[in-house]
Amino acid sequence: MKARHPLSRAIVYILLLGGSFLFLFPLFWMISTSLKPVEETMALPPRWIPSSWQPDNYWKAVTHGSEILGYTPFLEYGKNTVLLCVLVVVGALISNSLIAYGFARLRWPGRDVLFGVTLATMMIPFPILMVPMFSLFRHLGWIGTFRPLWIPAWFGSAFNIFLLRQFFLTIPRELSDAAVVDGCSEFQVFRHIIVPLSKPALAVVALFQFLFTWNDFLGPLIYLTDQRMFTLSLGLQFYQSQHGGTEWHLLMAAATIIVLPVIILFFFTQRTFIQGVAVTGIKG
Amino acid sequence: MKGLSRREMWAGLAFVSPWIVGLGVFLLYPILASLYYSFCDYSVFREARPIGAANYVDLASDKLFWKSLLNTLYFAALSVPLGLILALALALLLNSGVRGLTIYRTIFFLPALVPMVALAVLWLWIFNGEYGVLNSALSSLGVPAPGWLTDPAWSKPALVLLSMWGVGYAMVIFLAGLQDVPVHLYEAADLDGASWLHKIRHVTLPMVSPVILFNGIMGIIGSLQYFAIPYIMTPNGQPARSAYFYAMYLYDNAFLYLKMGYASAMAWILFLIILCLTLLSLRLASRYVHYEGG
Repeated sequence: MKARHPLSRAIVYILLLGGSFLFLFPLFWMISTSLKPVEETMALPPRWIPSSWQPDNYWKAVTHGSEILGYTPFLEYGKNTVLLCVLVVVGALISNSLIAYGFARLRWPGRDVLFGVTLATMMIPFPILMVPMFSLFRHLGWIGTFRPLWIPAWFGSAFNIFLLRQFFLTIPRELSDAAVVDGCSEFQVFRHIIVPLSKPALAVVALFQFLFTWNDFLGPLIYLTDQRMFTLSLGLQFYQSQHGGTEWHLLMAAATIIVLPVIILFFFTQRTFIQGVAVTGIKG
Repeated sequence: MKGLSRREMWAGLAFVSPWIVGLGVFLLYPILASLYYSFCDYSVFREARPIGAANYVDLASDKLFWKSLLNTLYFAALSVPLGLILALALALLLNSGVRGLTIYRTIFFLPALVPMVALAVLWLWIFNGEYGVLNSALSSLGVPAPGWLTDPAWSKPALVLLSMWGVGYAMVIFLAGLQDVPVHLYEAADLDGASWLHKIRHVTLPMVSPVILFNGIMGIIGSLQYFAIPYIMTPNGQPARSAYFYAMYLYDNAFLYLKMGYASAMAWILFLIILCLTLLSLRLASRYVHYEGG
């Protein structure tokens, strides 16, 4: 619905600008604090822009405690997080696309019942699974390793299966039928026809899985025990609980380090991203 | 033909096989085990010992259980409706034919991307009582500055306030819904001389009502499991357990006190609450939600 009257257009722009200020300010404040000398973080009234820029804060935040620990904690956390993200994204792409193909394109007894069960499991809140998963992983000897955080991703997840199945259903059947007549196996149809045509949907799955893993806090909190194996999120929380309340400039630098990659990724994938979010709302 | 369909069956099962394992091991088994544990005395270090419904009976008289449940419902009752209103309002602004739509959309969406832990740490700093930017802004305006995270009366409103910062996902979904509303409906309303408010009330709201329902249910499910942010910002629910939420007590029972049967019972009650609220929303929806062509 368009706002046409000049006055109403003016109101719309005033609200948008005011809203933009409120939504951007916390991010601005995070970055501004992260570049301040420590005394200035406690200046009253607060200074908007640092009087002298301290990019050094980032190095201090990243290496904080490395003399005691014998390693550089945030670099280690960063490596762990990237490794987990890669394992999860690759696993989710392979498993969910195969599974969704089985649901979307092939007929077999029990398919629709199993798909119904799959959708129903989306209703189950994580706290129900938490305790049995923990004891299962403990029996397997996986607590304190990365395995609980990435291996399940290789076995599919209901939401991704649903998303990809809906997409695969929109690909004309004639394309794959022709290939089957030409003697292609189901796997070849999947690999050479369905996957190349499904890049937008696969990109959405990859993005959401990446974000989930990058942001996840509860999983690492439950399963990781060794400080060296912490992810960035868990590492930042640990750091905050140890040094909170004093070194705000370093905390903000560490927070910025975690936020920036996500924002950069968003700018490069904005279209896929926004469409992905919108699709989950409409199809869901 | 028989041979072909048999081949198709095996192919289908082969494609789906990872999920058959995943569904069984990472979903169905944990669900059944959790139900069983909820009737047991169980810590990971000892075998589960069945104790009937004792966990559920104990919960009924556990003050902290009720406190965390009420805190959570209070938080959900404020953050879900306010979040819906803000997200829809922003989406309406963006959909009013403004220039620079994608820039504004990006600005309002960015905070939703901020990882939970970073968000918690950032807002601890903003809400900080001594040097926090929010309180110094308020006092320069002559408004008395509340102790956001130190005053039991303000801790939940503070968390509701910061949850407004993350409405970007709901806003983007609303915006997509608004863009699907056929223009001719507004044109018809214009011909009838409808005011802006009339068009919102009689065209926009009915047309996006399925999206309101979806975002509402997602909001309920998410807010009842609210964990990471209060775990970091208001550890142990301080001040005075005013910000102690259901999922925090559940986590503490499971991994701090190792009362895993008790925690499982809490998880099932949480599931029942989510189920009831979802069904209630769907019921309300059958009266108010308009499905185009349905």
